[in-house]
Amino acid sequence: MVKYIIRRLLGFVPTLFIIVTVVFFLIRLAPGGPFDAERNVSSEVLQNLEAYYHLDAPLHEQYFQYLRDVLHGDLGPSFEKPSRTVSEWIAYRSPVSLELGLYGLAVALILGLSAGVIASLRPNTLTDHVPMAFAMAGICVPNFVLGPLLVLVLSLHLGWLPVSGWEYSEDKILPAITLGVPYAAYIARLSRGGMLEVLSQDFIRTARAKGLSEARVLLRHALRGGIQPVVAFLGPATAGLITGSFVVENIFQVPGLGSEFVGAALHRDYTMILGTVLFFAALILLFNLLVDVVLAWLDPRLRYE
Amino acid sequence: MSRSRSGWQRVAALMACLAAIAGLAGCGARETRAARATAEGVLLVGNGAEPQELDPHLVSGVPEHRILSALFEGLVDLDPATLEPIPGVAEWWSVTPDGLMYTFYLRKSAHWSNGDPLTAHDFLYAWERILTPTLASEYASMLHCIVNARAFNRGEIRDFSQVGAKAIDEYTLEVRLEQPTPYFLSLHVHYTWYPVPHKLIESLGGMTARNTKWTQPGHMVSNGAFKLVKWEPDKVIRVEKNPRYWNADAVRLQGIAFYPISDPMTEDRTFRTGGLHLTENVPLPKIEIYQQEQFPFLHIDPYLGTYYYRLNTTRPPFDDVRVRRAFALSLDRDTLVAQVVDAGRQPAAHYVPPETGGYTSTDRMPYDVDQARRLLAEAGYPGGKGFPKVELLYNTSEDHRRIAEAVQQMWNAALHVEVQLLNQDWKVYLNSMNVLNYDIARSGWIGDYSDPYNFLECFLSGNGNNRTGYASEAYDRLVRKGASVMYKAGRLATYQQAEETLLADAPIIPVYFYTRPYLKSPDVKNWQPNHLGYISWKTLYLEAPEEESP
Repeated sequence: MVKYIIRRLLGFVPTLFIIVTVVFFLIRLAPGGPFDAERNVSSEVLQNLEAYYHLDAPLHEQYFQYLRDVLHGDLGPSFEKPSRTVSEWIAYRSPVSLELGLYGLAVALILGLSAGVIASLRPNTLTDHVPMAFAMAGICVPNFVLGPLLVLVLSLHLGWLPVSGWEYSEDKILPAITLGVPYAAYIARLSRGGMLEVLSQDFIRTARAKGLSEARVLLRHALRGGIQPVVAFLGPATAGLITGSFVVENIFQVPGLGSEFVGAALHRDYTMILGTVLFFAALILLFNLLVDVVLAWLDPRLRYE
Repeated sequence: MSRSRSGWQRVAALMACLAAIAGLAGCGARETRAARATAEGVLLVGNGAEPQELDPHLVSGVPEHRILSALFEGLVDLDPATLEPIPGVAEWWSVTPDGLMYTFYLRKSAHWSNGDPLTAHDFLYAWERILTPTLASEYASMLHCIVNARAFNRGEIRDFSQVGAKAIDEYTLEVRLEQPTPYFLSLHVHYTWYPVPHKLIESLGGMTARNTKWTQPGHMVSNGAFKLVKWEPDKVIRVEKNPRYWNADAVRLQGIAFYPISDPMTEDRTFRTGGLHLTENVPLPKIEIYQQEQFPFLHIDPYLGTYYYRLNTTRPPFDDVRVRRAFALSLDRDTLVAQVVDAGRQPAAHYVPPETGGYTSTDRMPYDVDQARRLLAEAGYPGGKGFPKVELLYNTSEDHRRIAEAVQQMWNAALHVEVQLLNQDWKVYLNSMNVLNYDIARSGWIGDYSDPYNFLECFLSGNGNNRTGYASEAYDRLVRKGASVMYKAGRLATYQQAEETLLADAPIIPVYFYTRPYLKSPDVKNWQPNHLGYISWKTLYLEAPEEESP
């Protein structure tokens, strides 16, 4: 197992290298540069800016310089927001994204698993249809609709929760729900499917025949197998929750990394784009590895060499 | 039966939990944040966007200006009601009769927020810093009116003592100008003219380092009515009253919290739930609703800005002035503004906004379809026949698209020409304009100071903001002449001639004059709106409405 993990970790290096290379050259192909502004920047100032950030060197030299810097742990300065380096911006914003992602994940798991398990107990009855209808709605309603809808009801009409910000703890409730609900819907459907499959198997019948309580059958025996599809989904989902929260961050004015990433692309902040892409890529690779390890632990049939 | 009941029980428990969380949060939020802040004397302001920086020499936008004007003060301040210069750090000043030399006498009571005295050398250090070529300040050209400042900024002169600014003593500053600049004093509210703390900057990387920490809370030192206490990007920037400010006794706010809420819809909702005293913007669709409802918090002020279309004069068909005029004459601004843009905006039949530095153009670009058709026929396209397909470029935005669609139909109906719409992402759009790769492009200009020169200089030949290829010797001569005439009537008359030339040559088609819509709580007192959007934070105060008896 350890060998397998080390091999996977080593595999990250070429993957990240390819990602950095492709992105480095792709962003240079996009028209417009980091210092284009509505109010024109004079050519002398532009030259000085490019000299300051070494953007006047030939592209391949800039590329190798960037690779050297990255290997030394330096992601460079931000052109757009010069008060902090790219590493400092990621260090400032990623905890917010991680926090929001984790709350979203908690919402998704609590709502999703409960709904899925409940639905699987009596398939094709009202107990099944009601949660599954909600799940289908959750998948269909995009979060840029769900967010403002929740705000309309819970904030504007009822006055219970704040509309935006990330300063106080109550600020975090609506973004977490908005982010988590679509994932909860997927988890509900996956766990229902997984549970239905497991519950029809012989070892469950054996457990019931032994006279075990229904709760024990469900929680000890069925759940472990039933949630396997959910676990497989959790890797990309967790990465998605952390990296893909741009829309939610925008609706609720949350200072996460997602909005930084999109902003950097729009502003042609080359170093910031590369830095965030690298960070997100590493995160996704890591979560996928984590999921494979957890799956192996859950299912004795899967053993990696 | 028992199985399903346990499931329902769990759902019920979960619902109860959620309700409890919401209920708890609800208890705390009964008194709105704005009401609490009013009691504390802290103003909650929507700032539109996160500032790029808080270094006055490295920024170029409006969101930065709002915050920096609370933190810093220049030699001269503006009366927010009249926009006339009033004393700032300088207690008084004198100017020579030829308008070429200003002497500023700084007040000895002015200090930095750490207690250091503020002297003429702080200003000289700041001006040298912003003009130093290697710092590459994007806005240094604001100081080019000083003798030799342009040459120093371009690296043609290395010695700053040759630039026309010097300290006679610690508290006397002399500034010599290249040519008479009648609006010189009003420039000093712009952040490019603010002093910066030179000891601090020298200790944290030096004069020409762009990526330093001097603007971080804990380090930052400023000289204005407020000082920085917290800067959490995309969350909040908090400033509090600066007891070292020379006029601190007159400052009534205890602090300001700037919330960089970029989505106007979110900002609007935050205001309505009592999270802000003042917003930066109001979403366009909301304005109409608020106007119908007569929402008492909605304010719409005139704003020093023009929304217009550029025409690319370097390639057919718009290299022909008759074609440009035909397009300009066939735009029905009144209908367009009334039906598509409204929000209190005024149709723009000329370029410089009304009342800019006391100037309002008397020349108007009429709406005259018959003449437009005649001109188009003269140019070789009778009834639009043979007219090439042209593209109207705009940066991706719902508002720009709506206006472009209406204009497209107007031109098609009046001239029988086909105009295609093309939207591009912001940087691509800027690039297309810079390299003159467009036919028609939507644009806008917001004034930095209230003088027509600020608008008219954009279309001087070769100016970086021209972006139309327009070059007219007559126009250049008139604008340059107007800028240096010291007596007002003569200056404005010359500007008038310049604007007439511009409208006749039509490298641009003005569409409307901007307004500044915002929502403001009645708690905010002593509010003095002006068309620069300049907010004098130090004169505002907060007062809760009188409590109803229980």
